[in-house]
Amino acid sequence: MVTSRKGAGGKTAAKKKAGATNPDLVQLLTPEGDLVEHPEYSIDLTPEEYRGLYRDMVLVRRIDAEGTALQRQGELGLWAPLLGQEAAQVGSGRAQTAEDYAFPTYREHGVAWCRDVDPVNLLGMFRGVNNGGWDPNEKNFHLYTIVIGSQTLHATGYAMGMQRDGREGAVIAYFGDGASSQGDVNEAFVFASVNNAPVVFFCQNNQWAISEPNERQFRVPLYQRAAGFGFPGVRVDGNDVLACLAVTRAALEHARSGNGPMLVEAFTYRMGAHTTTDDPTRYRSADELEEWKAKDPIMRMRAFLENSKNADEAFFKEVDDEADAVAADIRARCVAMTDPQPISIFDHVYAEPHPLMDEERAEYGAYWESFEGAH
Amino acid sequence: MSESTTKTQQISLSKGINLGLRRALEDDPKVLLMGEDIGKLGGVFRVTDGLQKDFGEARVVDTPLAESGIVGTAVGLALAGYRPVVEIQFDGFVYPAFDQIVTQVAKMRARALGKVSMPIVIRIPFGGGIGAVEHHSESPEAYFAMTAGLRVVAASNPVEAYWMIQQAIASDDPVIFFEPKRRYWDKAELDPTATPYPLYASRVVRPGTDATLVAYGPMVKTCLEAAAAAADEGRSLEVIDLRTLSPLDLEPVYASVRKTGRLITVHEASVFLGMGAEIAAKVTEKCFYSLEAPVLRVGAPHTPYPPSRVEEEFLPDLDRVLDAVDRAFAF
Ligand SMILES: Cc1ncc(C[n+]2csc(CCOP(=O)(O)OP(=O)(O)O)c2C)c(N)n1
Repeated sequence: MVTSRKGAGGKTAAKKKAGATNPDLVQLLTPEGDLVEHPEYSIDLTPEEYRGLYRDMVLVRRIDAEGTALQRQGELGLWAPLLGQEAAQVGSGRAQTAEDYAFPTYREHGVAWCRDVDPVNLLGMFRGVNNGGWDPNEKNFHLYTIVIGSQTLHATGYAMGMQRDGREGAVIAYFGDGASSQGDVNEAFVFASVNNAPVVFFCQNNQWAISEPNERQFRVPLYQRAAGFGFPGVRVDGNDVLACLAVTRAALEHARSGNGPMLVEAFTYRMGAHTTTDDPTRYRSADELEEWKAKDPIMRMRAFLENSKNADEAFFKEVDDEADAVAADIRARCVAMTDPQPISIFDHVYAEPHPLMDEERAEYGAYWESFEGAH
Repeated sequence: MSESTTKTQQISLSKGINLGLRRALEDDPKVLLMGEDIGKLGGVFRVTDGLQKDFGEARVVDTPLAESGIVGTAVGLALAGYRPVVEIQFDGFVYPAFDQIVTQVAKMRARALGKVSMPIVIRIPFGGGIGAVEHHSESPEAYFAMTAGLRVVAASNPVEAYWMIQQAIASDDPVIFFEPKRRYWDKAELDPTATPYPLYASRVVRPGTDATLVAYGPMVKTCLEAAAAAADEGRSLEVIDLRTLSPLDLEPVYASVRKTGRLITVHEASVFLGMGAEIAAKVTEKCFYSLEAPVLRVGAPHTPYPPSRVEEEFLPDLDRVLDAVDRAFAF
């Protein structure tokens, strides 16, 4: 389900407060769940669409929690949780059309959900049964990229290709605040800018790069950096799914219409650990966490739905039940994932026959077979 | 000297490096550490744990997330008289810095007619066996050993790690310092008042008479286990810890092969163009008439590092080493 690009013009019961926000931080929904106006960005969805965004966020949070639980139970070697970033991912994810193409990091489980990628696909790499595990072209959702920043260049190149071929759609490249320090990201900005490539750089500034806070990466707000490369940058409240949707839609439309790249900085927070091997108590204060918990993207959307009478108890219950079902399904399919055959490491390394590979495949195959039945 | 550097104690390999870094920071005010997450977090493996607390943020520097930046600025700091020790978080993340290392760090002294030096240590946790996701288990040592101007060493146990890191920091040449991450938690007794073995020398770690195993880093332990198993079957294997990959110290290997007549090289990196290939060629040249069998190599196949669920099959283990020993005896 992709929400309509133009907005369906349905009625919204909640009153908009005018001018309540800081224009440098696009916000359409306050932490209390009230709609507010912004001079440049607006959103007007049907009640069903509003409920859809809430549903997405709840399901994504649940999928993520299931990833963490599976890791704790030894079913995954590692998990990179997104707790707190649901609005940034669902908002930007639902802003994409079928023609758009997304290049994720290793944490875009919510974007994957919006692109209709089977959540079980995301687990293979973390379980250690594959190093990618899906066909990126099936849903226009590229493989997860672990090396920080690399994918921003791939996204730019892909956008250059789309542009040459006159293809519909734009590209969206995800990266973190820490990644903004990498040469690759800055090179991607240069290439995108000089080629006027249809790419949106979507930075989820979750305040931390493992243990390093924003101050260790930059002194100028990220969205302002775009100006130096010659394209627009905007900062959006990353815990506000409506603002994330509106801003990303506009940015993708800007790119699709031949206006070149745009940088969106979603100002958000990583409420959990960086990954399941990380211990945030070593570097982060409990107060900071509390402060951000009050801005929880899901609670905010729920408050809006309640205040505006766009949803009732039955709906919330239904979504929670659906989340339980999705989680149970993922769990069952995760534990059913079998280990690859060792010989499969020789598969797909080259497109054409490779004599060394063939020789080693035969040698190792014979060696491994000699153990069969031995234990 | 602080108490921590005079008392005999049980230490892990990561602690060995930690204590070695601590001692280097104490001894020389020009030594500084740089890397991602090395401060409050103490590094993702806690190798630098507590050092920022004791030496301050100016000596133990959390850098931006940019490996080319880390190594490139270390070059400048070295030119300005400092001795930077940089941490690359994982083997697979050294590549953004590869350009700086091979085009700048390695060649600076020669280009400056010896007028400047590059006393930089680049610490890289390397190798697999810890169940990690991709890019976290690689063995990139041959890329660096192939580049003239760099020195490349690999520690294999806690005591060696303690001494070697200090010697690397004291070296006026750039040193790529490989730490076997699957051995970080191994323990041994450290006597900090002992006299260390020279840095750029390989070392016989188990004497034997029937065949020689040469390894470095994580595979030294595997070879020692293989030698112990072989002893039960009546075969005496000599094990050599290479320790230094560039320069390669092969004299002890030649001496060993002249005695045993059989050589097996063992590393996690791919056999194709790995360190073992160079050793095999050299030993064939120098010990041709002593060899009872061709030099055999044990290592990884020429494939990308596999998903962790099959890494135990991919990585050399005791069986693979003993299998090669059997083959050497079959000639
Ligand atoms: C080139 C490279 N260096 C280091 C790492 C190790 N690492 C993984 S995630 C991470 C922090 C990333 O922070 P950020 O870009 O802000 O993204 P976040 O994970 O917070 O979303 C680091 C240092 C890596 N994956 N790639």
